[in-house]
Amino acid sequence: MPENFIATKFNHILGWARKYSLFHYPYITACCGMEYMSTACAHFDIDRFGAGWTRFSPRQSDLLLVVGTISQKQAPILKIVYDQMTEPKWVMAIGACAVSGGIYDNYAVVQGVDQVIPVDIYVPGCPPRPEIILDGLLKLQDKIQKQKHDWRWKKRKS
Amino acid sequence: MEKKKILDEIEQAFPEKVLETSAPFGEETVELRPGALLKVVEFLRKKPYEFTMLLDLTCVDFPERDERFEMVYHIYSLALNRRLRIKLSLPEDKASLDSLTPLWKNANWLEREAFDMFGVRFEGHPDLRRLFMNEDFKGHPLRKEYPLRKRQPLIPLRKSP
Repeated sequence: MPENFIATKFNHILGWARKYSLFHYPYITACCGMEYMSTACAHFDIDRFGAGWTRFSPRQSDLLLVVGTISQKQAPILKIVYDQMTEPKWVMAIGACAVSGGIYDNYAVVQGVDQVIPVDIYVPGCPPRPEIILDGLLKLQDKIQKQKHDWRWKKRKS
Repeated sequence: MEKKKILDEIEQAFPEKVLETSAPFGEETVELRPGALLKVVEFLRKKPYEFTMLLDLTCVDFPERDERFEMVYHIYSLALNRRLRIKLSLPEDKASLDSLTPLWKNANWLEREAFDMFGVRFEGHPDLRRLFMNEDFKGHPLRKEYPLRKRQPLIPLRKSP
């Protein structure tokens, strides 16, 4: 059996396992949180896509949902929360403010959370409807499925 | 008490301190000379007016005027169920006026906000620090000369991809 055959299949099965077991940490600062709540609860039910477990500790979660406006004073806190998460981890920016700063082009607001932490998927809308948040989740799952997974603990040079 | 009466009575009580009285859209407004605030407000807090509630206190910046900062106070009389607006104009080099903290506890944070956003100083304030922005913030963001896109981040920012 060729070696690369096993390697890709294992990567595939890791991706499949990871994409359907996303533990998310909602970092909610503004009105988009209402849409997140509706997405997470029974009506739209994010649990259908394997992301039903909300962990209120960044150390136990692997999907960071940045929901709402991030001000300059909030940015260091968000950075600390992201750094506390263990690998593998993904970030979803939900809502116009998290994506680009939205209407708040002023002294107080970070113009997109990608200025603070790396973002995997952007969900636009002001606020985005639950359907588009779920669509973003599905696209993130596609991304996780396709990406190359480190399945051994990799020592990172810091 | 009739609409006109309160304004007239204030004018009669402080003829040299009141610049103008008006009632645009039925909202009674008194414009005072700077420095007259505390005396007039103390007068209005007493009977028969009993303006015992400070609803809001804020500042407006008019950069084209000589006296560019206009302080606006809204007070409310629970006894009469009436509101009154007080305005004062301040020049930039002498942007300071009496604090209302001895009269109202909530003036503390409202005045801190006005100081933070506009740099107006309040004499007699017990703890005049910034309220919203961080301590190291340079300038006053709601002044018209503050650049619209000037950012003062607390951590080094990445470049957006």
